[in-house]
Amino acid sequence: MGFVLVIAAALFFPGIIIRVKSLLSGRKGPGIMQPWRNILLLLRKGNVISTTTSYIFRLAPTIYLCTILCAILLLPFPGVPSLLGFEGDFVLFAYMLALGKFLFIISAMDTGSSFEGMGASREALYSMLAEPAFFILFGTLALLTGFSSMQPIFDSFQFAGHNSFILGFIAVYLLIQIAMIENSRMPIDDPKTHLELTMIHEVMILDHSGFDLALIHIGTALKFSMYGLLIANFLIPPQFPLIIRILLFFVVQVTMAVLIGLMESFRARKKLAKNPQFIVTLSSIGLVAFILVLLITFKMIG
Amino acid sequence: MFINSIFQSTLPSSKGFTLQVLMESYTILAPVILSFFILVMPSRIRYYYTLCLTIIIALITAIPAFNALLNPVNGPLIFFIGGAIGTLPFIVDSLSGFFILVTNFAVLAGMVYSQGYLKPYRESKSPAQLALHNFSFVWLHISMLAVLMLRDGLPFLIAWELMAVSSFMLVLFEAEKRKTLKTAVNYLIQMHVGLFLLVIAFLLCEAETGQMSFDSLRSYFSSHSNFPLFLLFFAGFGIKAGFIPLHTWLPEAHPAAPSHVSGVMSGVMIKMGIYGIVRVLTYTQSDFLTIGLTIIVVSSITGLLGVMMAIVQHDLKKLLAYHSIENIGIIGIGIGLGTIGLGLHQPVLVFLGFTGGLLHVLNHSLFKPLLFFSAGSVYQAYHTRNIEQLGGVIHKMPQTAGLFLLGALSICGLPPFNGFISELLIYVGLIKGLSVGNVYQSITFLLILISLALIGGLAILCFTKAFGVVFLGTNRSTPNPEVREAEKGMLIPQYAIGILIILIGVVPMVFISPIVAVVSKMFNLGPTVFLDSLFPVFTQVGIMGLILIGLIVVVLFIRHGILRKRENQYGPTWGCGYTAGTSRQQYTATAYAATFAELAHPILPEQQEYEAIQEEEIFPKNRSFSQNPIDVFKSALNKIIDLIMILLKKIARLQTGNIQHYILYAFVFILIIFVLLYLHIL
Repeated sequence: MGFVLVIAAALFFPGIIIRVKSLLSGRKGPGIMQPWRNILLLLRKGNVISTTTSYIFRLAPTIYLCTILCAILLLPFPGVPSLLGFEGDFVLFAYMLALGKFLFIISAMDTGSSFEGMGASREALYSMLAEPAFFILFGTLALLTGFSSMQPIFDSFQFAGHNSFILGFIAVYLLIQIAMIENSRMPIDDPKTHLELTMIHEVMILDHSGFDLALIHIGTALKFSMYGLLIANFLIPPQFPLIIRILLFFVVQVTMAVLIGLMESFRARKKLAKNPQFIVTLSSIGLVAFILVLLITFKMIG
Repeated sequence: MFINSIFQSTLPSSKGFTLQVLMESYTILAPVILSFFILVMPSRIRYYYTLCLTIIIALITAIPAFNALLNPVNGPLIFFIGGAIGTLPFIVDSLSGFFILVTNFAVLAGMVYSQGYLKPYRESKSPAQLALHNFSFVWLHISMLAVLMLRDGLPFLIAWELMAVSSFMLVLFEAEKRKTLKTAVNYLIQMHVGLFLLVIAFLLCEAETGQMSFDSLRSYFSSHSNFPLFLLFFAGFGIKAGFIPLHTWLPEAHPAAPSHVSGVMSGVMIKMGIYGIVRVLTYTQSDFLTIGLTIIVVSSITGLLGVMMAIVQHDLKKLLAYHSIENIGIIGIGIGLGTIGLGLHQPVLVFLGFTGGLLHVLNHSLFKPLLFFSAGSVYQAYHTRNIEQLGGVIHKMPQTAGLFLLGALSICGLPPFNGFISELLIYVGLIKGLSVGNVYQSITFLLILISLALIGGLAILCFTKAFGVVFLGTNRSTPNPEVREAEKGMLIPQYAIGILIILIGVVPMVFISPIVAVVSKMFNLGPTVFLDSLFPVFTQVGIMGLILIGLIVVVLFIRHGILRKRENQYGPTWGCGYTAGTSRQQYTATAYAATFAELAHPILPEQQEYEAIQEEEIFPKNRSFSQNPIDVFKSALNKIIDLIMILLKKIARLQTGNIQHYILYAFVFILIIFVLLYLHIL
């Protein structure tokens, strides 16, 4: 259920971001489906492969995409359990994405290019720093709801009373920021930059081409709508009728895409040296939420 | 069924006891006697003789170990060795059984690997040296097994000492290198500090209970405060395990030893420290919260600092050694969590913590030897362990590279491999712990959760660096055209380990349920209803792993089908228009870790040696620059040792070598005694 919808949402997600950005900068911009047309074009092309590379370079894009698909399989849709759901499934979710990232990083190292090594090093460092924020967030939710699996966490989160508003706000904020980091978007990385030295994600895929590049682009699009689904789980009450929930899901996805477009248009990229500080800030926001929950559950006072 | 009947009858209460005892004494003593023949074997068949002996030892201990592990209800199996000076009981319960199996597998793999690894040394080493090496290897195996089976204080300590000495001999293999000699002696000294602490701990127990054995600890702990004595044991065993700040021997000794020895030392020998800690924990009766908190805090610091120090290393084996410290930290987090669970009377936490910890012992005993073996193959081919001089190894040694990658993925705790399973158990335990305890415990658990997540992220940073720089790209020093893939004998044990790694990742329950039984037996937690709640979790994790593998295969198949029809081009890596790039311009390991090292600078200082360019020097001459990470704990230890040395040197002035002075000392001593007696002070 969630899986199909995420793929559907991924079809227009990157297009909306690009459209919003071009409208705000006074251009008409390409059609919503243009990113996917590009992907289809790439799928039809042959690869150009560096002679320095090995089998890692050829395997990595495939595994990268598959880990993202598997991670999506783990996510529930509001009111509909996911295909697989168990205690600690969000740990598997995070580690599944980490597996893809590991392969992605070493495939960049495989080219022997110092540009790509630089991007790989930054990617590894930033995702390492972002990891605690995700775990603090879910640890906090587990403490609040008493569950350790995503489906029951989200279900009971909706019924946690008005406390869930403020927590939901923090959670959504954190998840959007984590999604931006994981997808190497604006405050951390600028996808439009033209200088290899300042890139992170773009520089890592410099040598990928054709079919493999298409797989990576598909993965990136899916990653966005995957985080959209995660956020939708916080916002959509499971007791609504299914049709409305699906409609709301697309509303959430579109809003998120527009929001990202807005953020990217009005925000400058941070200096690379400032990035670690920014990412660690997310963990401290998570800690604020944790202390809040300690207060709510009366552990701190009682 | 057959095996069962034999071993049930070996319990002291059953019939036919005397005959059994005689036979068992021989089976236990036989390897000891046979091991001495290694020294006199002709060098042609020596390796095969040692291999056979190792297999025999592994088999005769594996049978009771399996039996104890699979039927924990039967109670421990006890064997006696009779003799003129008394009998010596060897006890195999499910905990020992688990560790025995782990040990046997890693030692066997190391033994098989060693043949290929030692081949180049056949010319440079004398047969006697090689014989001594094999002999020590067998004795390391025997002494580890003895440590696991002995419960009496003195025999246990003797076995513990034998383990230290035999591993010392193994580290000393390349004694002609001065650094190795120094490292080995340092190792021996530190092991004896640990032994000394253990002796004190056992003596304290004996002073109170009149008996010096593990079992007398129970009566000691029931009548005394538990924490101080446990702390003593924790420090004594912790030196072996490598908990920070007791770890300083470990990153030196592992790289100095030959790779199969490093694999066994790191994979199983340091786990004897963990075994000791767990064994002592089974006897403790109070102070669980304090003990658990101590273990979990020390462990999380160990884990974090271990991996942080690993990232800045340039020596491949040293990097792996620091990762052993990190993994000891993860194991310790599991054990600490379980102990806190005991204090909170939460069986779920006890099960999740200890099962996670013990499963991680098994997991680490698989991927760490695998990593050391493949790193050893690289060292054998390139004669360097310096990461900065390697690169592009994957083109020459694709299988070794793949195996190293497998080890790297599993040590990072990534699915669908084994490391993930044990880390997930600990994660779930920590998450459950969040809502169980009071506010302080919740905060502690959250902090541990954060450090575990950080350890995971840092491990990825470290192994992308290690794998990326060593195996990928192109060679950074002068390429050696003669490099070939490691020989089959060295690859086979690595493949065997690799298969187990994937098996644990895909069908985890097969491995978890016996360990859950071990934990239940250890703390008398009764029937394991708990298993039912774990079953869906790990079946689904396994299914997820299979889905992932299936998906990858499908996509690869499609990719292959499509790309076959397309025209693929090959060319150089994109160099931004610059075409004269050399392999020296690749990203280095230091550069890869530089941003991190800068962030972590207060904790990870670096030593830089270079000569600054003077202002009037218009044409600078050739210069050298070297940069080395400093282990702050080691420099702190060195400072303490320096202070002691200064003190000792002052005392050494008394040692004049003049006999008259010595007689004077004796006279002064007697005089002092006399005066003290006269003043009624003594």
